[in-house]
Parts: sequence; structure tokens; C-alpha cells
Amino acid sequence: MNKLLTTAAVLSIAVGASTVAASARDQVQVSGSSTVLPYAKIVAETFGETYPNFKTPVVESGGSGAGIKEFCKGVGEDTVDIANSSRPIKESELKSCADAGVKDVQEIRIGYDGIVFATDVKGPDWALAPKDIYTALAAQIVVDGKLVANPNSKWNQVNPALPDWDIAAYIPGEKHGTREVFEEKLMTSGCKTTGAADAIKKLGLDEKAAAAACVKIRKDGKAIDIDGDYPETLARIDANKTGVGVFGLAFYENNADKLKVATVEGVVPSTETISSGKYPVSRPLFFYVKKAHLGVIPGLKEYVDFFLNDQMIGPDSPLVEYGLVAAPDAERKAQRDAFSAGTTMK
Amino acid sequence: MTDIALNPAAPASARPARRDIGLKRRYAAERRFKLYGITAIAIGLFFLVALMYSVFSNGYTAFWQTEVNLAINLDPKIIDPDNKRATDPNVLLTANYPILARNALAEKLGVPTTNKPAMRELGKLFSEGVRGQLRELVVANPSLIGTTQSVWVLTGADIDSAFKGQIDLTVDQTRRKVSDQQVEWMNKLKGEGAMSQRFNTGLFTYGASSRPETSGLGVALIGSLYMMLIVLCLSLPIGVAASIYLEEYAKKSRLTDIIEVNINNLAAVPSIVFGLLGLAVFINFFHMPRSASLVGGMVLTLMTLPTIIIATRAALRAVPPSIRAAALGVGASKTQMVFHHVLPLAAPGILTGTIIGLAHALGETAPLLLIGMVAFVANAPVTPLDPSTALPVQIYMWANEAERAFVERTSGAIIVLLIFLAVMNITAIILRRRFERRW
Repeated sequence: MNKLLTTAAVLSIAVGASTVAASARDQVQVSGSSTVLPYAKIVAETFGETYPNFKTPVVESGGSGAGIKEFCKGVGEDTVDIANSSRPIKESELKSCADAGVKDVQEIRIGYDGIVFATDVKGPDWALAPKDIYTALAAQIVVDGKLVANPNSKWNQVNPALPDWDIAAYIPGEKHGTREVFEEKLMTSGCKTTGAADAIKKLGLDEKAAAAACVKIRKDGKAIDIDGDYPETLARIDANKTGVGVFGLAFYENNADKLKVATVEGVVPSTETISSGKYPVSRPLFFYVKKAHLGVIPGLKEYVDFFLNDQMIGPDSPLVEYGLVAAPDAERKAQRDAFSAGTTMK
Repeated sequence: MTDIALNPAAPASARPARRDIGLKRRYAAERRFKLYGITAIAIGLFFLVALMYSVFSNGYTAFWQTEVNLAINLDPKIIDPDNKRATDPNVLLTANYPILARNALAEKLGVPTTNKPAMRELGKLFSEGVRGQLRELVVANPSLIGTTQSVWVLTGADIDSAFKGQIDLTVDQTRRKVSDQQVEWMNKLKGEGAMSQRFNTGLFTYGASSRPETSGLGVALIGSLYMMLIVLCLSLPIGVAASIYLEEYAKKSRLTDIIEVNINNLAAVPSIVFGLLGLAVFINFFHMPRSASLVGGMVLTLMTLPTIIIATRAALRAVPPSIRAAALGVGASKTQMVFHHVLPLAAPGILTGTIIGLAHALGETAPLLLIGMVAFVANAPVTPLDPSTALPVQIYMWANEAERAFVERTSGAIIVLLIFLAVMNITAIILRRRFERRW
């Protein structure tokens, strides 16, 4: 026992000592959005295979907000080089970045992501519009010119063209970047077209409170927040065949044998309709690069260049095949030019 | 009864009429309680069986992977068109290997290589991983160039799923990831015996990948192993030293009481709290590298320490005081008494506690999230300072993937983790059985 203890103690000291001799980081470290993760993974993997002299970048997953927080911790080898994000960085986040010494941040838009509604594959065809979504899922709607708590319990009460199904919508939870797009593109727009926005304003709320009231989702169990990822939403649809779920376009395309997609304002979501702007519910995807790390971390500049290459995000690239919607040619070129010119965010 | 009537003087008759001691009621209560117990166990067993069934029925297919046998002509005209391989080693690294596999497959299926749309479809039958596979083959032995080699190549993940019957082939081909043409080719190759399922060694050797067929648990296994070693090396000596001091040397005082309460509290703290602590102390203050298994191991050490201390103190307390008194009585010093007599007798209990603590640490994901170990790591870590992941982390990440082929891999990884846990727990039981002493 004596010897065993001594050996264990010696080993633990050795392990501790090896930290002191920590060598310089030789691979790119990325954090951030789980929506961007699949794309970043494809790029990281291909990058590692194409450049045998660089290690494959490490891509963490933890959400846009958490990723940007890590990104803004400061400059140095123990901080991440890139933050992936499914939404633009906020003023406040940029400020906390600058306070921690991360003054030069380069913003890169990689393309677009579509958000789709889907039901079980055996269900009928669905044609939705923002006002249907609003009338079905909002906490308060306008009935006979008055604002009342949402009385609808079936989809065909919302719109006679929709099936006679109980309302059960699985929507992204509040921590998701997707939720913001859902609120902005569907709830706010539905709020305006149904006239609820005016009714809310009449209550005497200021603009901010009125906007918040517009995107308020009903809490009576008919709209269910999914805090996990899309596989959880798929499992819910599997269990409840009359449920409607919100998915990313790429996830839907990978599971098209189990899901049927709904049209929004008569447009079928696809990479074509999203890049042309016809399909209304889409959002840009970003990543942010720490300029101070370029040239310090081996492979960082090459990784970003590789990511921006048309081989990766062009119209006929592996990312588009996975489900990314490519940005127009001019925009991709502008992103490349801005990165090589070293344009930083103000 | 007749006896009593015949012998009224017999002592038996002196016994008063039997009191009602509620025998029936008490027996009924006992039977009821037994029934509750059996129900409780049945409920537990039902969920265990349901869990095992869902994991194993989904996961066993992950241990086999569909491969296709190709006679690949390692054509020097394609690998090295300018014949520069003698002077430029990069030629062999960057050559277009997938085209070789595609041509071999086209020849086998009798499709002309000039048919571009068919070539696109054909290219998806086998995995992009063929690039690395053929590169390794050629770089290790350049003399193979110009020869024809029979190679088992991984099929694409969608073909693999279709081959295993996990994709519904009855729906229209625009709604699924494999086309009718590909299914036809697949069935043809299957009929010829050129496509079959083989044991999936890649599951244990590959790192993370965006392609399901070439993603495996390699990085996660190494990461988990490093973390377990670090946890063992740090928490066993610290935990044992702390408990021996508290149990054998320290005088009972208010201070030791406070320490005891705190240790018991720490054992119940949610593990994410230790992750926050690790981020603040190890990464932000000591500037240790992110995503490294060393930091992960240290965070898990903090988490397991209370468990080990509590188990060790219980084991020390179970050694009868007579042993201590006897040792001191024959003239042993206190340290000799502890190390020669008490500790060896308490060792089985300490080891059991340690192994259970380790098994607990092996299954943790939450504290690793904050120190950057929930990540896509493709390169196998060499030292504990290199980025790596852990088994439960890999399960979590695969569960969130969109591709169908990751479903079976998620369950497959759970099976691997369960086997690990079972081995550790069985070791704990064996140690206890073999060395435990009863007084």
C-alpha cells in the first residue's frame, strides 16, 4: 500500500508538471452555434485532409451566445479564434469584446439557412402563411376588433383550408437562434397583417413592449418549446402524428422520407427559393474571426480562406449539398475581398 | 381439543383463551408488503429492459458497416500524371484517389465513364474516406502503383442505411437520399457478393467526422482513458490522505464538523458547477489549453473527490477498534498502526468507492461542455494536452446529427459506454468479494 501511494503521488506530480511545459497551440479552435456546427465540421474535416501540414480545427458546440462569450474572453492562445453564430453579433457583445481586448473582429457571412415547417410524411399538404402561424400560436389575437386570449384549438379554426387537427406546434425554445428568426419573420409579420399590432398599440404600450407582446407565444401547451435540437422535434412528430414541427432546411432534407414540408405563402422551401428570396423564412449564418490571431495561430488564415472558397460555399459545393443556401456570387466575392482587406467591425 | 376435555387438570387447559394478536392482519400486511416490493422491482426491471431493448435494437447494426469489394487499378496516369513522384512527395498525397475507385466501380457495373450524370450517382455509392484509405496504401508502398488491388471500400452512409433497411425505400425517390438507380446497383452488387456487411473496426479507431461512415469513437476512447487515468492518479491519493487524516488523526472539533458537512454537500452539487469552476480556475487563471483531457480530468477529479472521501471514511470506520488497540498495544506507532493494519483492511472498501466514483466520472458530460470538450475533434490526441472528447460527449453530439446513419451510431456508442461501465462495476464487485473481511 505504501509503495502504491508513493507511485500514485509521483504520477500525479508528473501530470501536474507537464502542464507547465504546455506547448503552443497548433490547431485552430472554433466555438459557437450548433446550427453552423455541421457546416463548420465539413469545412474543418476537408481542410485537415487537404492541408496535411495543418491539424484539423477543433469545432466546439454550445450555442451562438456561449460561443461569442468565449470568443470575447480576450486575446491569447487559450482563447478561441473563431465564433460561429446563427445571428449577427450584438452591440453589447461587441462592446464586451472590446473591453476584454478583442478590438478587431472580422465578420464573415457564409450563406443562408432556411427554416421550414413540416408534418409527418403521411399527413395532408399544408399551405401556411405568417398570419396562420400568428393566429394559431400567439398568446393574444384579435377577434371582432378586440384583443383576447387565443381561443383557437384546431388548425381549421385558424384557416379553413388547414386540416381538422388539434394545434400542437413544436417550436424552437428561447435559447435557440432559430427562435429569433421565427419571431421576427413569422410572428411579427403575422401580428401586423392580422391587425393585432394596432390593437396592442392602442393599449398604450411603448414600442419595445408592443413588439414583445406581438411575439408572445401562447402558454397553454399548444405551442411546445423544444430546447433540444431537431432530432427531438422529429421524435415528437413521430409520437404525435398530427403535430407540426419547425426544422432547419438541411435537417428536413436529410429526413424527407419521414417528414412532409409545408409551403409558406405558397412557396416550397428549397435552396433555390431561399437564395432568390421568394421563401420568406431564412436567415444569414456568420462566423467571427479574431484579427489578432491571424498569423499567430498556424492555419487560421488558411482555414478562413478555405471556408470562403467557392469549393466550400459556392453553388455546387459540399455545404450546399448538405443544406446551406449559397449567397449570391457578388456577396461571396465581397466577403472574400473584405477578409483579405482585413476589414474589421466598428 | 378432546384432550382438554378428558384432562382438565393438564397444564394446557390452564392456558387462557388465545388473545387476538392480529395474526391474520399481520400476515396480510406482510404479504402486501412483499407484493409492493415485487411491484417496485418489476417496474425497475421493466424500464431497464425497455432501455436495453431500445439501445441494443437500434445499436447492434452500428458494429457492422456495409463495404464494397473493388478491384482498383492504381493507374499511374491518374495518380501521377506528370511522373514526378520520385522528386515531389506531395504528388502521392494530393492525387485524385476517389476517381480510381469510381472507375473501378463503373467497370464492375458496366457503366461507361463518359456518362456524367451516372458517374455522379455512382460516386455516392462509396465513401469519400476512400481517399485516405488508398493514399495510405500507396504512400506505404509506392511500388503498388500500376498494379490492380482488391480493396474493401466503405460505402456511403446513405447506401449503408439503405442496405441495412433503415431507409424507407417505398416512398418516392425524390423524398429519400438514395435514388432508384443506386438501389438497383446496390442490389446487383449484393447479388454478386461484392457488397456485404463487415465488422466495423472504424467505429473504434476513427475520430469525429462529418461523414457518418468514417466517424468513430477513437478520439473519445483515448480522451476518456486519459481522463480516467488522471482522475485515478489525482483523486485516489488526495481522497485517501484526506480521509485518513480526518478519521484517524484529527481531533473532533467544530472545524472538522464543518469540513464534514461541506464534503457531503459537495458530493451533491450539480456537476455543471464543477465545469464552471474548471473554466474559471484552470483555463482562465492557470491558462491551460481548452478542450484538453488534462483539464477535463482535473474537473472530474474535483467532482469525484467527495465520493471517494465519503467511501474511504466509511471503509476506515468499518475496521474494528480492537485492531487499532492491538496494534498500539504491541508498540506500533500511530502511523504504523494506520498503514500496516487499518489501511490494508480498509483497501477493498476504498477501491470499490474509487471505482464507483470513476464510473460516475466516465458518464459525465455537463462539466466538459464549459471547458470546450463538447467539440468536433478529428485528430487523435497524443498527450493529455491535445484536444479530445469523451464517450458520453460523443453520444450527445451524435444524437444531435441530422443524418439517419448517426442514429445507430448513437446507440452503438451507448453500448460501448455501457460495456465500459459494466466492466468497471464488475471489477468493483470482484474486489469486494475477494478481499472483504467480515468481523
